[in-house]
Amino acid sequence: MNALEFFVVNSPIFAVAIPLLGAFLTPIFGMINDKLRNVFAIFIMIITTGIVFALSYDVVTNGIRTYIFGAQDLSLPVVRILFEVDAMSCFMAIISVILAVVALIYSWAFMKENTGLDKYYTLLLLMTTGMLGMELTGDMFNFFVFLEITSISSAALVAFWINRGKSVEAGFKYIVISTIGALFVLFSIALFYGQYNALNMAIIANSIQFTFLDKIALVLLIGALAMKAGIVPLHMWLPDAYSKAPSSVTLVLVAATQASLYGLLRLCFTIYGNMITLSPVSIGWLLVLFGIVTILLGVIMAIAQTDLKRLIAFAAVGEIGYMILGIGTGLVTMSPSISAAGLTALKGGIFHIMNDALDIGLMFLVAGAIFYATRETSLDRLGGLARNMKYTTAFFIIGLLAVSGLPPMNGFASKLLIYESTYQLNPILAIIAILASILLLAIFVKVLHSAFLGPALPRFNEVKEVPKSMLFAMAIIAGIIIVFGVFPDIIITNIVEPAANALVNNAGYISKILSLTGGA
Amino acid sequence: MSGMSKIVKTITSISIPFILIYGLYVIAHGHLTPGGGFQGGAIFASGLVMVLVAYGSVWTMEKIKEKNLTMLESLGAFCFILIAFLGLVFGTVFFNNYLVGSNSIFGTVPAAGSGLADINTAGVIPLMNFAVGLKVIAGLFAIVLVMAYAISKKEEK
Repeated sequence: MNALEFFVVNSPIFAVAIPLLGAFLTPIFGMINDKLRNVFAIFIMIITTGIVFALSYDVVTNGIRTYIFGAQDLSLPVVRILFEVDAMSCFMAIISVILAVVALIYSWAFMKENTGLDKYYTLLLLMTTGMLGMELTGDMFNFFVFLEITSISSAALVAFWINRGKSVEAGFKYIVISTIGALFVLFSIALFYGQYNALNMAIIANSIQFTFLDKIALVLLIGALAMKAGIVPLHMWLPDAYSKAPSSVTLVLVAATQASLYGLLRLCFTIYGNMITLSPVSIGWLLVLFGIVTILLGVIMAIAQTDLKRLIAFAAVGEIGYMILGIGTGLVTMSPSISAAGLTALKGGIFHIMNDALDIGLMFLVAGAIFYATRETSLDRLGGLARNMKYTTAFFIIGLLAVSGLPPMNGFASKLLIYESTYQLNPILAIIAILASILLLAIFVKVLHSAFLGPALPRFNEVKEVPKSMLFAMAIIAGIIIVFGVFPDIIITNIVEPAANALVNNAGYISKILSLTGGA
Repeated sequence: MSGMSKIVKTITSISIPFILIYGLYVIAHGHLTPGGGFQGGAIFASGLVMVLVAYGSVWTMEKIKEKNLTMLESLGAFCFILIAFLGLVFGTVFFNNYLVGSNSIFGTVPAAGSGLADINTAGVIPLMNFAVGLKVIAGLFAIVLVMAYAISKKEEK
């Protein structure tokens, strides 16, 4: 086995273990020098990004890759922890690492004046570890463990500005919601284990009977993961957590929310996949309904907000609705068998996961930049910032176009796919989705006007453009947004389509594990 | 929090070695008896908390700095992952138990059938218990120490 082969074979574990190792080395580097620690954290995350990209390339070319912990063969499928990485896992992992790298670069200047930064970097790396673990694992209990790692480190980071009461309140709300959700997940894992004597996702999916207990487990898991993903009516923690956390944390929190969404997808398409191809309509329509309610409520609540970060947080709720709508439409359309229209809807939904992370992430970074420069987030008191912060304004306009789904930005590509496929299902759904997008445009144009345009305010005369590291972080995301918007075809054929195919191919996911155990 | 009476301090000084040794025993026998790194670490840390209660948080804070505890905690977690990585280096996969059957430290394979427990078994599991134990001792004690210290600062005001 040469070095490259060794690297690729072990890449699933490197993707999780290297940020974990880095997380606990960070305080040691922090004792030596602050700058060294920041460089080290970014370096660890860039290595992880490289590993995830190498892994994704390998998975897309050679199919599903598994990694068994502690032994070479799967003699004991019940107790062995294993990672099973398919194209969908890779897709989510790519989103997570990109956002984590950008957040670390952004933190360089943004968090500079804070104390306790050793813990900040440790927690940020731990949170990334948790997300990557959730996305790469093939074991239900392992999923729960990584869910907890993500929840606890995110809660601590949401409450990082502990001198502000509202941050602590948001952090507390988040940890309560997460703990309740995690208990639901644990209980349903117990239901699976009691019935099928297995914790492995593929083995549960292979033997699932859809008994009464399985239905309870399905309800609990959907409830818990929808709560963690911020789907209306379980979104109440999300605006608080998003708006009170430091902006760099919010960026990673968006990815953590989407890791829970990935859990929901894995649940619907893989674990209950056999059952869903038999009677998918109910779950599909449920997701469509959730999607529409989430879009409407998120957007309508965003209109009423005067706090910039809270406004973006509600827009983020609305954007989650689009993903759920696309995925639900996919499930409904694919009810008897996999169809091209259903696959298009699914592709739209999946592509929108990435686009939402980038667009909403950019918006939060801009809001953080405004806060950094003016110490102000209320729209009533902002104004005329475009005079002093021209780059930030440009990034905001890019984000505005992308969030509201206008060409040539990436939001347009995925939203168009969602509109097309929902129109075929029911025109009213598409009309609601388009109207909500127009409302989003109106909301963000209002923000553009009240924060950046208008007369120069005397108290902002001294405001300067934010430091280069923050501009660079925003420029990375803005660049990706434009590239994805101009060449959506390349992204869809190379990343999104394999992910959608992997998601519907649950027979392949199951048979990969069964072949390892010798069909037992 | 100031210290308690001389009687309490004396009794604490007498009983502390037994509690700490019991904690270490639970950690070291984690692979043979119920318990392990976390449980033993919690016992050890509660022994330290007894000292904290008896002698007061200000006195304890002078002896043990919270920053050093944080370092120890990171070190424990780091050792755990390092051992897992060594499984990849010396064995074949991550978390591989490469010490079992190697006849080195903790390397013996236990004899079949019932008999007295052999502590020199189980490969990397005892080492990982030590790492977890270190993390739990440092982590739990740091939490209690900082909270007690913060309360005593508040009382002064």
